[in-house]
Amino acid sequence: MDTTLCVEQSQTAEAADIVAMPKERTLTYTEAIREATDMEMARDPNVIVFGLDVDDPKAIQGTTKGLLDKYGSERVFGTPLSEDAMTGVAIGAALAGLRPIHVHIRMDFLMLSMNQLVNVGAKSSYMFGGAVHVPLVVRSMIGKSWGQGAQHSQGLYSYFMHVPGMKVVCPTTPYDAKGCLIEAVRDDNPVMFVEHRILHFQKGPVPAASYTVAPGKARITAEGDDITLVGISYMQLECLRAQRYLADVGINAEVIDPIWLAPLDIDTIAASVRKTGKLCVVDNGWTTCGASAEIVAQVLERLQGTRDIRVMRMGFANTACPTSPTLEAEFYPDARRVASAAYDMVHGRKKNWMPEERVDLRQIEFKGPF
Amino acid sequence: MHEQFYKSLFRIRRVEEEIARIYPTDKLKSPVHLSIGQEAVSVAVCEALRPEDVCFGTYRSHAMYLAKGGDINGMVAEMYGKQTGCTKGKGGSMHLVDTKAGVMGTSAVVGTTIANAVGYAYAMKLQRKKVVTTVFFGDGATEEGVFPESLNFAVLKNLPVLFICENNGYAIHTSQAKRQGHPHITERAKAAGVQSSCVEDNDCLELHGQVKSAVEAMRAGTSGPRFFECKTYRWKEHVGPNEDFGLGYRTPSEAKRWIENDQVTKIAALVPEATRKAIEAEVEAEVKAAFEFAEASPFPDVSELMTDVFHTPCAATPSEAVRKAA
Ligand SMILES: Cc1ncc(C[n+]2csc(CCOP(=O)(O)OP(=O)(O)O)c2C)c(N)n1
Ligand SMILES: [Mg+2]
Repeated sequence: MDTTLCVEQSQTAEAADIVAMPKERTLTYTEAIREATDMEMARDPNVIVFGLDVDDPKAIQGTTKGLLDKYGSERVFGTPLSEDAMTGVAIGAALAGLRPIHVHIRMDFLMLSMNQLVNVGAKSSYMFGGAVHVPLVVRSMIGKSWGQGAQHSQGLYSYFMHVPGMKVVCPTTPYDAKGCLIEAVRDDNPVMFVEHRILHFQKGPVPAASYTVAPGKARITAEGDDITLVGISYMQLECLRAQRYLADVGINAEVIDPIWLAPLDIDTIAASVRKTGKLCVVDNGWTTCGASAEIVAQVLERLQGTRDIRVMRMGFANTACPTSPTLEAEFYPDARRVASAAYDMVHGRKKNWMPEERVDLRQIEFKGPF
Repeated sequence: MHEQFYKSLFRIRRVEEEIARIYPTDKLKSPVHLSIGQEAVSVAVCEALRPEDVCFGTYRSHAMYLAKGGDINGMVAEMYGKQTGCTKGKGGSMHLVDTKAGVMGTSAVVGTTIANAVGYAYAMKLQRKKVVTTVFFGDGATEEGVFPESLNFAVLKNLPVLFICENNGYAIHTSQAKRQGHPHITERAKAAGVQSSCVEDNDCLELHGQVKSAVEAMRAGTSGPRFFECKTYRWKEHVGPNEDFGLGYRTPSEAKRWIENDQVTKIAALVPEATRKAIEAEVEAEVKAAFEFAEASPFPDVSELMTDVFHTPCAATPSEAVRKAA
């Protein structure tokens, strides 16, 4: 786990509102994705789904279950193991007006798709002066724990945030998973849709109707005045748990889920930091040149000189992900470490406080085999 | 010869059966891709290689690692995530390595090591070393662009590299016919200009004979790259210790032919009973000891987390450090 602390200056607050979460049906994250895909395929015959194993018996954790039967093998198909070419195929199909959803069971494998995504997908609209566009959704999953190791655990979304012409979204709740996927499918540009294998097990309220969760609005998931915690992807859960640990000792953390990383709603985050003066961004990736670095930099650019600000980034340890449980536990930030770091920030110095583990806040362990 | 083949086959089978047996206890916190049913390929190939020859493999490489002479304790301890594992608990089952035995390291990203083996062979040629470099990969890996690209370069530079395609008919739950428009991998290798052959029926001795003469020709400098498509069959699920016929993507009747043609049993029948019993007793003791070693070994200290990110001279093995100091 890597932490980077620096202190800066800043200005005053601007309230950001909490988006009301409709409480009706409960779905899992995977069911929400399946439903969003199904609804978009029903609505628009140009939506197609492909990728390795989307039509196999396990149906990508159930996220593509039943789609083959309902829409047929022309619109739902497994592919050869050819990520580079299939990404190019997806872009070609998108240029012709289809709206492909290309699925990858690990984000790590996307490294084979990089050329097509970065040099063609993200560039086409601009490079051709708006003459063409690429309405493509790339779904990719981040693995964690149970010995996934160096090549099955990477959260590489900041690579795509770096590239103009790509949108990036990391929904953390079933509600947002559905709304963001529908939004992504309807977007006329390439969208990297990032899932996390542990988030797949999350349950939450999901309206039956169609709706979108568009870029431009981060979500305040817990309100507080003492410190701002921004949790990206799976780390949103750890931040919410950290918020509970901090509440136990009288610290009110405001927790923000950015949802869309590109484009990023920096307004909501900056408004919160204007109020709290302290920002800790907890990322599900490395801190160097990562999403956390970007968020911190943008907040400081905005608020510097207006008030005192303390900032910190937390993320993966600056190494590849090890498999041994003892090392892996050290590799990831977790709720207690986030709480401990936040506690220090609030007190302005190292206090060596670490909350006792609360059983009700223990993280859900993903059990193999994956 | 049959004794040695049987020992290697039986040893791999028993290690993996133990892995499968212990798996539900959750002690092996590592995804395991078992080779049960496919051992014959690794044994046939590795028995034709010398200790200094080098192999690259995939996440499904327990068989290759053991057949090539990789340390059994290091492999089992690795699956337990222990400090004594072959990567000190950093790589797990999918990233085995034992450079002393010529096991160069295995990758979990399909197809990647094909090109790495070609590069290694290039270095061997440049350094005038009579080392044969082998790469094991699945039928699925041949769909990645790196496969034809690597074949082309190997032919262009006439490199002593052995391409071993373990065709078990599936990539995860998807059959070869559903993924390849022209499902004849050997023909594709031939079209790239690689001398290629396909060995049916998981036939250990037949494959060994063919690989042996290929390797000899490479050592003699009379052969460039060679490709072998080895038809084989995975008995267990893609990853994990169980059978998976319940999923419906393949049937027990399809598996029957392969299970009846089990090479562990076939080769066992060629070994005199007394010898066979002695081999089995020896292997059982070794396997038992390896699991005991793994259980008894400590987990890595957290200080190990940040070592090896970059290679540093102080990270070299003690013997290397001593040699450098001398
Ligand atoms: C580049 C890449 N794409 C996808 C995967 C996911 N994956 C892991 S194993 C596998 C199937 C590989 O099949 P094959 O090459 O035939 O080897 P087998 O598992 O049958 O031994 C896939 C698709 C991966 N690991 N790497
Ligand atoms: Mg296969």
